[in-house]
Amino acid sequence: MSKKRSIEEINDKIRKGKAVVLTAEQVSVMGKEMTPAEVMSRVDVVTTATFGPMCSSGVFINFGHSSPPMRMERLTLNNVPAYGGIAAVDAYLGATETAMPHDIYGGAHVIEDLIAGKDVLLQATGKGTDCYPRTEIKTLVNKNSINEFIMFNPRNAYQNYNVAVNSTPKIKFTYMGTLLPSFGNANFSTSGELSPLLNDPEMRTIGIGTRIFMGGTTGYVAWNGTQFNTGKPLNEKGIPVGNAATLSLIGDAKQMSTRFIRAAYFEKYGVSMFVGIGIPIPLVDEDIASRVLIRNSQIETNIIDYGSGNFEVLGRINYEKLFSGKITLKGKKIRTAPLSSVKVAREIADLLKKEVTEGRFFLTEPVAFFTKTAGLNKLEIRI
Amino acid sequence: MTSRRFVLTFPPDATGEPITYNLIKKYDIMVNIVKADVTPGKIGHLVMEMTATGKVLKEGMEYIRQQNVACEPIDKKITYREDLCIDCGACSAVCFPGALTMDRKTAELAFEPEKCVVCELCLTACPLKLFSIDLG
Repeated sequence: MSKKRSIEEINDKIRKGKAVVLTAEQVSVMGKEMTPAEVMSRVDVVTTATFGPMCSSGVFINFGHSSPPMRMERLTLNNVPAYGGIAAVDAYLGATETAMPHDIYGGAHVIEDLIAGKDVLLQATGKGTDCYPRTEIKTLVNKNSINEFIMFNPRNAYQNYNVAVNSTPKIKFTYMGTLLPSFGNANFSTSGELSPLLNDPEMRTIGIGTRIFMGGTTGYVAWNGTQFNTGKPLNEKGIPVGNAATLSLIGDAKQMSTRFIRAAYFEKYGVSMFVGIGIPIPLVDEDIASRVLIRNSQIETNIIDYGSGNFEVLGRINYEKLFSGKITLKGKKIRTAPLSSVKVAREIADLLKKEVTEGRFFLTEPVAFFTKTAGLNKLEIRI
Repeated sequence: MTSRRFVLTFPPDATGEPITYNLIKKYDIMVNIVKADVTPGKIGHLVMEMTATGKVLKEGMEYIRQQNVACEPIDKKITYREDLCIDCGACSAVCFPGALTMDRKTAELAFEPEKCVVCELCLTACPLKLFSIDLG
């Protein structure tokens, strides 16, 4: 019978300082010479990480009540609109929000400024009510003056993502970076064999309630992410080819660090935010042990033409080739470039490894698992 | 021998004189075209590096200007805030001369200024806006 290990056993080892923790890159090297059973017997936890641009991010803020109090209905932070249709002094600021369509400073920059401890200009208006008589306010706030500052990201940590190329004779500016004309480059965004959902592709250890590293502090998996899709074809290693599962994450932004949360602006596209995520994977059985051995050469994704407007799939490629700096497409050699920082992802995986090894981070059993069958609806134009 | 970069601006009614050919043949200047965007009937730009002795370079510039083509040396340099860089790699995507590359082992950005042609694409490609032009 194959070996099994409970989360409690692993946490007990962590408590005693006896847990063996490796990063997903380290264990992938180990996997070249060892069987999953051998890895299982030597390693308890594998840390995974990613640090890429993730648009679907933002923060809930409670500003506290002024005197006299106010029901903030329309509000901005450093002139960037935040959504106030929640409660009197609650708001949600989305990472991609900007005051004007072409602004290069947006919600993510406000979030980064707040995390850095800077003062941010809050301006709000409201109609005024008997219980909330104030109709406008203009003041400075920072992370110490506000009450809750909760990062809640509806969609992070994409399991896999497309490679973007441009077949047209014109330069294209996309969320996948600048795409040079006539297949001048190929951009991709992943931490590959270090990426969380590529190391547990069926999400057997990651679910609702999983404790994670988020932006420099502890966070939690809140739900499946939006656009969660289990219907993508799998390659021979059981890895979905193309964008598939996602995670919805929550954490205390007051404790986060600008080392792991960084605002970004993609030319002629808009504002986004780099989010640092680390997820420890407990080696509970040999199946999971075999999954974490995945290598870049075994992870594949689709090459998509972002230039022509119909997002045609032009081929399939593995991450080892993408990370090599050059791929061949239609007989032409194309330079490749990442958009996700493997360097910072490694830093996160190492940090998390240290936290677990030194007994400061314990693993969790998911409170509930994600659905096994989720597809995506198209938006029909009905009128 | 010195190497300098120049931007040549062609008027819409440029004569069609084979300028680069003459620079090579008549003046013995080593010419390396960095960027070209010249269409008949429109204002055109040519960025090129010329290598020769200082005296010959001066003669070459004179010759270009005689053809009613503006010729301005560019001594611009690209710099970036390495201390704030997150090594994402977005700038390396647009760097066709290969001055900005990702180190396969360390996953860090490497910048070789001598390969830079000051095309300025990295200025817009960097999502953190860390690049700037040093006008020398």
